Amino acid sequence: MSYLDKSLEEIHAALKDGKVTSKELVEESLKRAHDYQDELNSFVTILDDAKEKDITDNVLSGIPYAAKDNYSTKGILTTASSNILSNYVPVFDATAITKLKEANACLIGKTVLDELAMGGTSTTGHTGPVKNPWDTSRLIGGSSGGSAAAVAKGIVPYALGSDTGDSIRKPACYGGIVGVKPTYGLISRWGLFAFASSLDHLGCFAKSVKDAAYVINNMKGIDDNDMTSWDSSNIDLVKDIDKDVSGKKLFYIKEIVDELKNSNQKYYYNFINILNYCKELGIEVKEESIDIKLLKGAYPTYMAISCAEATSNNSNLTGIPFGNKKDGDNPYEVMINTRTEGFSELIRRRFVIGSFILQKENQEKLFKNAQRLRRLIVERVTELFKKYDGYIVPASGDIAPHFNEEIDRLSEKYLLLENHLVIGDFGGFPSITIPSGEIDNMPIAINITGPIMEDAKIFNIAKKLEEKIGFTPLSLRKEK
Amino acid sequence: MYKATIGLEIHCEFESISKVFSPSDNSYTDAPNIHVAPQDLGFPGILPVLNKKSIEQALKMSMALNCKTPDEIVFDRKNYYYPDLPKGYQITQFNKPVGVNGYIDIEMEDGIKRITIQDIHLEEDSASLDHYDTYSLIDYNRAGRTLVEMVTDPCIHSKEEALKLLETYRSIILYCGVSQARSDRGQMRCDVNVSVSNTDELGCKVEMKNINSFYNVGRAIDYEIKRQTEVLESGGVVEQETRRFDDETGITYKMRDKADAVDYKYFPEPNIPPYPVTEQWLNEIRKTIPMLQLERKQKYISDYDLSAYDAEVLVKTKEISDFFNDCVKLGTDPKKACNWITGMLMGYLNETDISIKDVPITPEMIKELVDLVDKKTISSKQAKEVFEDMIESGNNPKKIVEEKRMMQITDDSAIHDVVMEVLKENDEQARDYNPEKTRMIDFFVGQVMKKTRGKANPAKTMEILREELPKYGK
Repeated sequence: MSYLDKSLEEIHAALKDGKVTSKELVEESLKRAHDYQDELNSFVTILDDAKEKDITDNVLSGIPYAAKDNYSTKGILTTASSNILSNYVPVFDATAITKLKEANACLIGKTVLDELAMGGTSTTGHTGPVKNPWDTSRLIGGSSGGSAAAVAKGIVPYALGSDTGDSIRKPACYGGIVGVKPTYGLISRWGLFAFASSLDHLGCFAKSVKDAAYVINNMKGIDDNDMTSWDSSNIDLVKDIDKDVSGKKLFYIKEIVDELKNSNQKYYYNFINILNYCKELGIEVKEESIDIKLLKGAYPTYMAISCAEATSNNSNLTGIPFGNKKDGDNPYEVMINTRTEGFSELIRRRFVIGSFILQKENQEKLFKNAQRLRRLIVERVTELFKKYDGYIVPASGDIAPHFNEEIDRLSEKYLLLENHLVIGDFGGFPSITIPSGEIDNMPIAINITGPIMEDAKIFNIAKKLEEKIGFTPLSLRKEK
Repeated sequence: MYKATIGLEIHCEFESISKVFSPSDNSYTDAPNIHVAPQDLGFPGILPVLNKKSIEQALKMSMALNCKTPDEIVFDRKNYYYPDLPKGYQITQFNKPVGVNGYIDIEMEDGIKRITIQDIHLEEDSASLDHYDTYSLIDYNRAGRTLVEMVTDPCIHSKEEALKLLETYRSIILYCGVSQARSDRGQMRCDVNVSVSNTDELGCKVEMKNINSFYNVGRAIDYEIKRQTEVLESGGVVEQETRRFDDETGITYKMRDKADAVDYKYFPEPNIPPYPVTEQWLNEIRKTIPMLQLERKQKYISDYDLSAYDAEVLVKTKEISDFFNDCVKLGTDPKKACNWITGMLMGYLNETDISIKDVPITPEMIKELVDLVDKKTISSKQAKEVFEDMIESGNNPKKIVEEKRMMQITDDSAIHDVVMEVLKENDEQARDYNPEKTRMIDFFVGQVMKKTRGKANPAKTMEILREELPKYGK
C-alpha cells in the first residue's frame, strides 16, 4: 500500500522517519490526479508545479491535499466552475488556505463543483460533470463533488469542500467517505466564494473521522476578516476523539426513519443496525418526532433563503472590476452580456427565483416566511438538544443516482430523506457523515448532528461508531 | 397660493483611519485607485468587517441630532446594479437606522424653526465614475468609504430654509468633528425632494439626486418650484418622478418616472452580527458631543451680552468658539476677549488664509494681554503692537512688553518726579497755569510723555498735573 493511502498519522510518522518524502507524496498525488482525470473529471486545475514542504510536528505537513474551486487561492485560477470566472485569478488566499499553508500542507489541485456551488449533482460545472469512482455511470453528488471523488479515489488523503445545504455531507455519503462541516463560524469564511452567507460552511472530506478531525483542527480559528467567526482555541477535535461514549444520548427523527422504512428496506435495516452499534457502545438512542410539516418545509425554505442570498452575493459578477467581461455599448450592456453568457441556464433560474423572493411585494410571504420556518426548525432541534448530545439519521434516501435519473422534487421521499441535512446548515450545527455500509456495491451513510460548538463531541461519537462499522473506503480496496 | 414642500437627503462622508467595512485608507486623495482593498472591488470571498469608530461617529451624530438610538447596530443590503457598485449591493441601514425621529433647530430671520428628521443611517459609499465620450473611468478610492445619510421630513418650505438647514447640519458635523464636510471633495452631496401644492395635501414629489453643492441645491429648488407651479397653474399635473439637475444650465431634466422606480430588495446583511448598543457606551459617546453652534450663539448673547453679530462671528467655526470659551474660562472679560478675537485675530487669519491652529497664540496670551491693558501697564495702542508681535513670535505678552521696554510708568512717585521736573523746566508756563485753558494741561502731558518716551500712564499723569499745577509757585 502506498503511504498516500494511509491515515494522516501514519503518513506523518513515515515522513518523520524518512520512509517517504513530501516530494514523493506530492508527485504520487499529482500522478493520480492526472491518471483519473479523464475517468472522474474531479479537477478544474491540477497544480503540476506543486512543491513539497518541510516536515514539522504538524500532522498535515508535507502531505498533499485538494481544495474546492470556490476557495480563493492567491495566484491560482479559481473558477467556481463557472464560465463567468473562467479566467479569474484571485489576489488573496482564503483564511483556511492560509492556515493550511502555515501547516505546510501541499495544495495539489482545485476541484470541480456545481457552478457557483449551487447544486447537488456536480454535473453543472463549466468543465463537465464529476463521476462517482464507485460507478462512473453514477453521480457523486454535490456541490463539492470534485473533492469527494478525489478523496474517494485516493488521489489525495483529504480535500476541502463547502456546505450550504448538504454539499459536503451528501457527496461524502455517495462516495463512501467521511464528510464534515463544523459549527458555523468555527472556520472563517473569508475567501470562500459566497453562495448563501447565512448558510455557508467550510469543511472537509477524509477517509476517516480522525483524519477529518486533524484537518478541521488546522482550518479553524477566529479571524479578524470574518465577524461571524469565533474563538475556538479551547476546542481540540483530536484530543478526546477516542473517549468512551457510553452514557451519551442520541435521538433519531421518527418521520425521516419511517419514510426510509417505507421506501428503502435495505437502507432502513442498515440504519437499524447502526442504532444497535450505538447501544453496544453504551449510547442511548431514542425516537423523537418533529412536525412533518416543518421537515417537508426544510427544502423549500432552503431554496428560498439560499436563492435570495445567492442573487445578492453573486451580483458582484458583472465583468466590470474582474471576471470574464463581454463587450457592450454601455456599462449596462456589458453587465447584461457578461451575466447572460457567463452563467448557465440553471444559475440564471436560481437568480430569478431569488430576485423574485426578495421583491418588495413577495418578501413577507416568501422570504420572511422562509426565515420563520428556518427559525422554527432550529428552535425545535435546539430544544431537543437540551436532552440529547445529538441526533443520528440516514444521510440520504438511497445510493447515488445515475446521471439523468428523474427526481420527483415534490415526493415525500425527496422532501424527507434527500434534504434533511440542510437542518445542520439552518442551525449552524456541527454535522458529520460517515459510511455505514453498502447497497448494490454502492456506499450508504449515516449522519450525526449535534448542538453548536459541541464539535468535539460529534467527532468523538462518529469515531467510535466508525470503529464499530469497520467500513473500508474504496481507495483502500483496490489495493488488495 | 402655491406652497412648496421640500425634503432633503443629505449624504456626508465621515473621516476615520479605515473605511467602514474594509481596512483600506478612508482619507481623500487625488490619485485614483490608491485606497483599494479586495473588499472595495467586491472580489469573490470578501466579507465586511465593521469599523467600530464609524459606528461611534454615526451614534454621535444621531445623538447630536436628537434622534432615538437603536438597541443594536444592524445592517441591510440594498441591491441594485450600477457600474460604480462593485459588490452589486450596498451595505446600509434600512430597518434599524442609527437614529430616528430627531430634529435640528435652524435660525431664520423670524426666529427658530424646528426641522424634524426622519432618520440618519450609516452606509458605504460607491466608487466614483468619470464619463468620457466613448468610455468611463472608475475610481474605487471612494468605494466603501464611510457614508452617513440624514433624511429630513418633508417640512421645509423655502429655499432659504433648505439652505439654512444644510448650513446648520454642516456646522453640527464640523462641531462633532466627524468630517470636514467639503463639497469640493464630494464629501457632502444632497438629494432634494420638492412638491408644490395649493391645498393642504402634499403635491406629487419630484426627486433630484446627487446635487453637489449648496449653491446648486438652491438653484434646483428655485427651478423646480417655478416649473411645478407653472405646470399646476396651466392646469397640468406634476408627475412623480426623478429628475436630474444640470448645473451648467440650472435646469432639471426627467430621468425616470414612478413606474421605473427601483426595488432595492432590502434584506438583512448576513455577514455582520448585531452589534449591541449599551447605555454606558452611549453615555461615553454623548460626552464627546460639544455644545453646538446655535446654542453657543444664544449663550454668548444672553450670558455674555455680546451682539448677535459678534456671537455669530465667534461661532462660525468650533475652533474659534472653543478659543473664545477658553479665554472666558481663564477669567477674561468676554467682550474684551471677543474684541481681540473677532478683530485682530480673525483679521489676521482671514488675511493670511490660515486656521487658528496654525498660529502660536493661546487663550492664556489673550488673557495676559487684556490684563496688561486693564492694569494700565500698556496702552491699548501698545497692546495692538504686542498682539502683532505675539501672533508671529508666539512669545507671551509680558515678555514682549519687557523686551520692547513698553512698560508704562504707573508708579505715582515716579510720574510725580517727572511732572515736577517738567514744571521746573517750564517754570513760566507753570506759573501762568489757568484751569480754564485745557490746552495748557495737554502741553504738560505731552512734555511728560516726551520725557518718558510714552511710557508714563496718561491718566495718571493728568491726575498728578491737575493736583500739582494749581499749587506750583504758590
